Order: sequence, then structure tokens, then C-alpha cells
Amino acid sequence: MFGKLSWEAVPFHEPIVMVTIAMIALGGLALFAAITYFKKWTYLWTEWLTSVDHKKIGVMYIIVAMIMLLRGFADAVMMRTQLAMATEGSPGYLPPEHYDQIFTAHGVIMIIFMAMPFFTGLMNLAVPLQIGARDVAYPFLNSLSFWLLVSGVVLVNLSLGVGEFAKTGWVAYPPLSGLQYSPGVGMDYYIWALQLSGLGTTLTGVNFLATVLKMRAPGMKLMDMPIFTWTCTWANVLIVASFPILTATLALLTLDRYMDFHIFTNELGGNPMMYVNLFWAWGHPEVYILILPAFGIFSEVISTFTGKRLFGHHSMVYASGAISVLGFMVWLHHFFTMGSGASVNAFFGLATMLISIPTGVKLFNWLFTIYQGRLRFTSQVLWTLGFMVTFAIGGMTGVLLAIPGADFVLHNSLFVIAHFHNVIIGGAVFGYIAGFSFYFPKAFGFKLNEKWGKAAFWFWIVGFFIAFMPLYALGFMGMTRRLNASTNPEWVPYLYVALFGAILIACGIASQLIQLYVSIRDRNKPENACEFGDPWNAHTLEWSTSSPPPFYNFAVLPKVDGIDPFTEAKENGTAYQAPAKYEPIHMPNNTATGVYMGALLTVFGFAMIWHIWWLAIAGLVGTVVVFVAHAARDDQGYMVPVETIERIEAEQHKRLVAAKAIPATRVETKLEQA
Amino acid sequence: MSNLATTAGHAHGHDHGHDDHHHDSGETTVFGFWLYLMTDCILFASIFAVYAVLVNNVAGGPSGHDIFELPYVLGETALLLFSSITYGFAMLALFKGKKQQVLFWLGMTFLLGAGFIAMEINEFHLLISEGYGPSRSGFLSGFFTLVGTHGLHVTSGLIWMAIMMYQVQKNGLTSTNKTRLSCLSLFWHFLDVVWICVFTVVYLMGTL
Amino acid sequence: MTLLDPVGQVGIEERNLIITATLLMLLVVVPVIIMTLVFAWKYRASNTSATYTPKWSHSTKIEVVIWTVPILIIIALGVITYKSTHALDPYRPLESDVKPITIEVVAMDWKWMFIYPEQGIATVNKIVFPANTPVNFRITSDTVMNSFFIPGLGGQIYAMAGMTTKLHLIANRNAEMEGISANYSGAGFTGMKFKAIATSQADFDAWVSEVKASPKQLDEAAYAALSVSSQNNPVELFSSYTPNLFQKIVDKYEGMTPGKPVKHEKKEVAGNDVADTSEHSAAGAEE
Repeated sequence: MFGKLSWEAVPFHEPIVMVTIAMIALGGLALFAAITYFKKWTYLWTEWLTSVDHKKIGVMYIIVAMIMLLRGFADAVMMRTQLAMATEGSPGYLPPEHYDQIFTAHGVIMIIFMAMPFFTGLMNLAVPLQIGARDVAYPFLNSLSFWLLVSGVVLVNLSLGVGEFAKTGWVAYPPLSGLQYSPGVGMDYYIWALQLSGLGTTLTGVNFLATVLKMRAPGMKLMDMPIFTWTCTWANVLIVASFPILTATLALLTLDRYMDFHIFTNELGGNPMMYVNLFWAWGHPEVYILILPAFGIFSEVISTFTGKRLFGHHSMVYASGAISVLGFMVWLHHFFTMGSGASVNAFFGLATMLISIPTGVKLFNWLFTIYQGRLRFTSQVLWTLGFMVTFAIGGMTGVLLAIPGADFVLHNSLFVIAHFHNVIIGGAVFGYIAGFSFYFPKAFGFKLNEKWGKAAFWFWIVGFFIAFMPLYALGFMGMTRRLNASTNPEWVPYLYVALFGAILIACGIASQLIQLYVSIRDRNKPENACEFGDPWNAHTLEWSTSSPPPFYNFAVLPKVDGIDPFTEAKENGTAYQAPAKYEPIHMPNNTATGVYMGALLTVFGFAMIWHIWWLAIAGLVGTVVVFVAHAARDDQGYMVPVETIERIEAEQHKRLVAAKAIPATRVETKLEQA
Repeated sequence: MSNLATTAGHAHGHDHGHDDHHHDSGETTVFGFWLYLMTDCILFASIFAVYAVLVNNVAGGPSGHDIFELPYVLGETALLLFSSITYGFAMLALFKGKKQQVLFWLGMTFLLGAGFIAMEINEFHLLISEGYGPSRSGFLSGFFTLVGTHGLHVTSGLIWMAIMMYQVQKNGLTSTNKTRLSCLSLFWHFLDVVWICVFTVVYLMGTL
Repeated sequence: MTLLDPVGQVGIEERNLIITATLLMLLVVVPVIIMTLVFAWKYRASNTSATYTPKWSHSTKIEVVIWTVPILIIIALGVITYKSTHALDPYRPLESDVKPITIEVVAMDWKWMFIYPEQGIATVNKIVFPANTPVNFRITSDTVMNSFFIPGLGGQIYAMAGMTTKLHLIANRNAEMEGISANYSGAGFTGMKFKAIATSQADFDAWVSEVKASPKQLDEAAYAALSVSSQNNPVELFSSYTPNLFQKIVDKYEGMTPGKPVKHEKKEVAGNDVADTSEHSAAGAEE
């Protein structure tokens, strides 16, 4: 009846797990009680969970990302603690079967359930606004993508208390991840969590490509798109081209595990090395999917806070494109040590190095944006400068690893760990945090506290260097990754230092949480409020509307003729002009279909993991039925009446006057009809 | 020179596609469906690559030469190709706005597609009962995966088609139904193209 | 720092490569870091005496330079990479006047088994070999993928079931080193270590005769016992082993190699084949 599921699946004998579960349960209960007490369920359901508004979906993505950052970081601290304790023959406090789950979960969570939703959230929030659109091309699909991600998140976190997670490392190479060597449900949690959220990501990629190609404001040429939109677009090209490979690969592994296929097995003609190739054919573009949008954020931040146009906008676009294309031709550098032969290795090594050319160009472009600018040292700028310094080092170690001769000694060592944290923390994460505080006022209408924001930055960057520089050294000392104990007394001092660095990063995360609390508390202070929409004196269209923007984003679609249209408009005095008369706006209705489909697919995934076949069939059939019912309703959306628009825009007018963005005396300019 | 000044007239003016009904407007939907088909194409490409790697890994079992029956598969292929033609007739009828003709040709397409799937299931059944199931070897795993994935796609297409026939019957040739039939048309022809690749790579190259 | 002070020639060359490449890249990285800090400071908003050109966003001259400099560095690095990749190809036998010694390596759960085909002995978790003599490793796995790595000598290569990879190393002096698996392979991975000892030829010969005197023999039963998963396996010495053991282990996963062509048989004959193969696949599934 319940497949492999029984009470034994709950690890009652593991105090660490049980305490964690108890804390999550208590937290969840408190949240549930609070929402019930304040009678917010209806609000939550109608305004957020069933929303198809890209801004709200973006906020929800970021909330998920931040919660998963906490979870993934807790895993990281547990790992560092274990390695600091498990020295001189001591086994530490985590047995291998638990430790191995933790490093797998850490990798999966940080990449798939922290970085991806963080990037997707920022993209949701900003891209439609940047191109002057009222929503994405397919608003319902956007909601569905989000709920597919939530499905994956739920499954990953369920594995904590029901069963186990994979013990294979986040790459899950077969045959180790095959049924023979990983008979437990951990690998199945991995497969279904990644499969469901990966489908959501593919849909997001399709959605946002269609959005930028079909929904740009009138007059906006492709080359006029703001740089963040461009880097997201390249990331979406990569998503559309690489995530299907992940889907296929996971499906093949599923066939091996569930139906005794021999695709990736050692026996009967399977080929495990094919998995390694396929995994990285997705996995390498994936890291560019994470980093490119961060590059875009840094570009926006730098050009905004220098009060200057971005240096080399076009070469930025081409450089991002070059990185994307080359990103598909380098996957083999993840396994030079497979014995492919010198010529093959040399080709992939050289292709990898080529990527450092456009990346270097980007660094120089940022430098020359600062050059002859007026740089305001806000927290966002600190993150950007911190990134430029850190990323230069991370890029260098990356190129080093791309030299096969060097990789033969550094492969799989802690040097590699240090390298990719160097680029992912110092690149992607710094970018997302900068983007978070940059776009926070846009989403909520008030600024984040700068003092705590800067404290967070200093803790993060110092903590990062203290935590990861020793790992570079340990790589040179022959310490390999995924060890659950240190077997060499020379390593121990470095591991202590690394733990200390992790604690500093923890202080950084704590500062961010305090920052959120303080900022929400002080949201009504005049220096924090910025509901009129343009707190940073920025260049692009998202800042030309109120904060938070009205649900329709723009009362009238802006007309664009070049890059930095908002700056141009402010200089020409044409910003904030209201039309003579508003027209009704067509908007999509909210729908709960995404929530239902996500919930049913979670049930489906859970049932597949535990071999509860009847429930799996029910979940899948239910999903199809809900979708078909949604399609059959053929909801055409609704028209926002002119009165509503006039009311909202009148309020915005008052705010603009109060913010002295427009003169109080100015009467709404009547413009001729185009 | 950019200009944020906008006019009310503009919103309803020449840039119709950008504003009114921009959500799920037919053109955008079909465009998005194209993009989706590209992702599906990459999915198939991955599985083709896997098949190509595994094709010689017969592990002492049969190779394609031993088990494929070309005339039978030619029959399957004919069914699927004809179904593409009949779907084309359905689309012609759609453009002419003739509901009954649309339903008739969709029905024909459905029957041909169902025939294809039935033949495929029969082929799989035969192979498995002879002991040549996917568990037998890497080659057979690759074969069942590739052909099976295509079969699953065709099956989803059939379900979609059945739903569309019901929708057309009930609501007539609405603009939504037109858009959806156009998407299904793309999907159906795409599967035809994929099948031609399957037929060539798996069956022809496997037997000749 | 083992990698910065290698015992083996290959390791020394790899270290030199790392140092050269790093220095070359620092040529760009250091100026970028300095420029970042200097520019940021000089053009801070409070410094109103600095030039301010809000519209300046393009300069062909600068763009040419910022594309050219990385390209030049990458060309230099590329040449080094291309040459070193061929020179340090692990499959390339080392040039030496001394006759090389062959050691066959099998990764198991979670220990390393070594076969000395020329000496006729086998060991677990320990190898001894003469210094200044090229060692030809032939590597496979009887389990999941591992990576065979002696950091002190340089270079590593994956150990994969059904395949044979090669690694050519040499020790420049006598030393006791640690050998590891550098690719995670499951619960016992951390303890999957072995001793790698480079000695004089005389000591090596003495060690070989010592192993030959060992009472243990790696026959099929002993190998089956060894195949059972174990963690932190102690060193074991075997005075002999089943002939062709290494090749047998590789061949166990014969499906990896292109299959033997099966004759097109009539259906009746295929029936026999079915019974035969289903047994086979059942055995495969149990493995």
C-alpha cells in the first residue's frame, strides 16, 4: 500500500536530525498560527500564492532562495565543524552515511534551490520592468514554474525527516548513484527534486525568451535592452539549450534505477562515463546561467552609482554572448583525468581559456565605467567592488584548472572547492545580494538599512577569504574533496581557520537578517521611503514607475529610443509625463492552477520515490486533469478600467510631487496622439 | 534620443500586439511553443547521442540487425507520415473555418496515430517476450529509451488531440482553439521529423 | 605542501607549469585589482575635483586594448597549455634508460589492490617501487569510479570498471608517500588510502622476496573475500595471484566493449538464447 515507506524511514535515532526537524516543525507551526491569528490566509492565497504577477512571483522566488540559503549554509557549517573535529583518528560527530548526505545536499541546495531561484527571482522582478512590459509572455506558466521549484524544495527538505538524501555528491555519478551502489531512496529524492524544479527552470527559460523577444516596449531594439536583461537573456538561452540535457540524463538514470535499464551501469553494456559527459554538458552551462545575471546586476549597480552610462554596453552584450556560446564547448574540463588523450584535453583546455577573454573584457568595462564617474559607496557598490577583486582571483584559479597539466594534480582537491566558491560566492552570490538590496526598494517601496548592509558585506568578504584561502592551500597539500575526516595532521590548522571563516560568513548572514528586520521596522522613516520609484537616480525603465509598481507596471507603455531611456527622459524633462487620457489595460487573472499542479506533482514525486505506484498514478493523472481544466476555462483575463488607473496614477503623481521629482505646479501635459 | 513621453493613443494604436491581449495572444503562444519544441529537440538529441554510444554495447545479446523487422517498421512509418498529411488537411479545413471537416481530419489523424502506437506497443511486446527487453543490454536499453520517448510524445499528442476534438466540438473554431490546433500541428509534424530520424538512425542504420 | 615539493619528475613539471601559468595571469590580475581599488577611490562621489564624464561610454582605443591584453595573455597561456598537455599526457611513457616496472591497479570498495605482473605478487593498500625507475600503472576498477592519485609523484587518472587507464610516473628519490583515491566513491572513501614507497633497487628486490614468502595467496576465494566492502582496510601481501587477474576484472564488464556479433537466427533458436540470456541478466542485476 505504501511502497517502501514505513515508520523506519524516519530517523528517530539521529538526534541532530530530530532536533532540526523539531525546530522546523515548531517554526512552521508558529508561522501557521501567526497567519491564522492575523487572518492572513485569504490575503496570502489571493494576493501571493495564486498570483501571476511577475513581481510577486519574483519576491516569492527570492524568499525561497533565502530560506534555502539558510539551510544550505547550515549544511556548510556542519561540514566545516566535522572536518575541524575529525582529526587525529577521531571520527568527528557525523558518521559517513550522514556526512555524505550533508555535502550532497549542500551542493544541490546551493545551486538548484538557492542560486537558481535567487537569479530567477531577480529576473522576474526586474526584466519585464526593464523592457517596459506589463508582465511576462506567459504569466500562468511563470506561476507554474515557481510551483515546480517549490515541489523540488519540498522534496529535498522532506528527505531530511522521511528517509534520507543522496550520498553521492551533488554530481551523482553512476555507478555510485545506480541502484546497486545506492539502493536507498536518497538518490530518488535527488532525481525527482531536480527533475521537477528543472522542468520549471526550462519553462522559465522559454517564458523569458519569449518575453524579451515579443514584449519589449515600443521602439526598444534588442541592443537597447538594459544589460541585466541582456545577461538574463543569455542565461535563458543557456537554460533552454542545457536543461533538456539534464531532464534527459535524470530520466535515463531513473530508467536504470526503476526499470533495470543498463544505460549508466557497469554491467551489460551500460556506460557510466556517458553520464559524466551529459551531466557536465548541462552542468557547465549551468554555472554560466548563475554568473551571467550577476554580471548584469554589477553592471546596473556600477553604471547607476557612478551616475554614468555603462562603458561598452555593446561589447558587454557580445562578451556575454561569447561566454554563453563558449560555455557549451568546455564541459570536458571537469574530467581531464578520464584519460581522453592529450589532443582532446588540449582542445577543451584552450576552449576554456578563451572564456577568460570576454570575462576579462567585462572586468575592464566595469573599471572604465568607474573611470571618470562619481562613485557613491553604497552597500551595492561595495558588493560590486568586492566581487571585482574576488572574481579576478577566482577567474585566475579557474584558468589554472583549465590547464590539463595543472588539473592532473589539482582535480577534485580542495583547490577546486576553493575555486568554485571563489567564483560562485564572489561572483553569483555577491551579485544576487547586491541585486537584492538594489531592487528591494523597487519591490517594497523602502530602502534597506545601509549600516547593516555594509556590515554584512565586510563579514561576508573577510569571512570568504578566511574560509576559502586555506582551502586553496589544502589543495596543494593533497587534501581531496568529500573527505569526512582529515587524515593528515598538517591540514588541521588550515581547517580551523576555514571554520573560523565560515563563522564570519554566518555573522554576515546574521547581519542580513538584522538588516531586514531593522529596515522593515524603519520602513516609514522619510529617509527610507522611496515609493515615488527612483531612489538611486537610475538609468532604466524599471525606475520610472512607482515602488512597488502598480500591478500593470506602466499606465502607458513607454516609448524607447536607445539605451538608458529613463536618464534621457529625466534630462529632457519628459520623464513622468502623464497622458491626456488613459486607456483600459488588459491583464491576466490570478489562478490557483500552478499551486494545484505543483502540489500534485509533489505528491507524484514523493510517491515515485517511495514506490507507491497508485499514488504516483493518481498524482500524475490529477496534474493532467487540473491542467486540462485550466486550459478548458480559457481565461482571457480582464480589462483594468480607466478609473482604477487614474486613481493609482493620481497617487503616484502626489508622490512624485512630494519627492520633488516633478514640480508641484506642473499640470499634466497634454500630448498629441501619436 | 529616447523619449519616455507616451501617448494614450499609442497604447491602442499601431502596436497592438504589444498591448491589448498581449497575454496568450495567438502569435506569442505559437512562438513560445516553437521555443518549447527547441528544448524538446535538445532532449531528443541527448537521447540520440546516448543511443549512438550504446548501439554496439550488445553485451552478447542481439544487435539491431538481429531483431529489427524493416517491413513492419515501414508500416509504422507510413501510418505516422499519413497522419501528418491528414493533420495538414485538418489545418486547411481550420483556415476555411469548416468545423466538421476539422473534426473529421483530426479523427483520421488520431486513428493513424493510435495505429502507430499500437504497432509500436506490439513490437515492444514481442521483443520483451523474446527476452530482448531493455534489461538485456545497453543497446536494448538505448533502443527502448529512444523509441519509447518518441512513443510517449506521440501518446501525449493523441491525448491532446482527443481533448482538442472535444473542445472544437463544444466551442467551435474559437481563436483559442485555432492557436492550440496550430501548436498541436507543430508538435505533430515535429514528432514526424523526429520519427524520420529514429527510423534512419535506429532501423535503417541498424539493419543495413 | 606536497604539490609544491614533489618527489617525482612529473610532479615537478606540473608544479613548474602551475607557477608559470600563475605568474603569467598575475600580469593581468594584479593590475585589475589595483585599478579597481584606485579607480574606486579616485572617482568617489565626494571627490568633486576628479573629472566627471557621465555620457562617456565608448572609446575604440580602450576597447581595442581591453580585448587585446587578455587575448595576448591567453595566446601565451594557450601555447604553454598545448605543449604541456602533450608533454604531461599521463598515457605517454616516460623517457628513461632504466627499464620500467609495471604495476596493475584495481580500485575496490574501499581499498586499492595492486598486481605486480613481472614479479608475480599482489598487495592491498601498499606499493613499493624502485626510485629513478619509470613506473607504468595500468588502472581499472571493480566497483564505482575512483581516481588513482599519488600527490607526491604528480598526476592522477580515473579508475573505471571495464576500462584500463594508464599513468606513467617516476620517483626522483627515495620517499614514503601517501596514495589516495581522489574521486568520491562512497562511505569508505576517506579511508581509501595506500602507502607508496620509493626505495633503492636493492630494497625493492628484498621487499619482493619478502612478499613472495607471504603465506597468503590471491586465489579466487581470496579475491571474492577481498571484494566484500571494507573500510580502512589493512595492508595485505599476497605471494601469488590468479593468472590474468587484472584482465579478468576488466573483462567482467564485457558489455562495455562492442558486443560480439550474433548471427541472425531463426525464432526457434532464439528461444534457447532467451533462457540463456535471462540467466545472464539476472546475474547482472544481482551483482
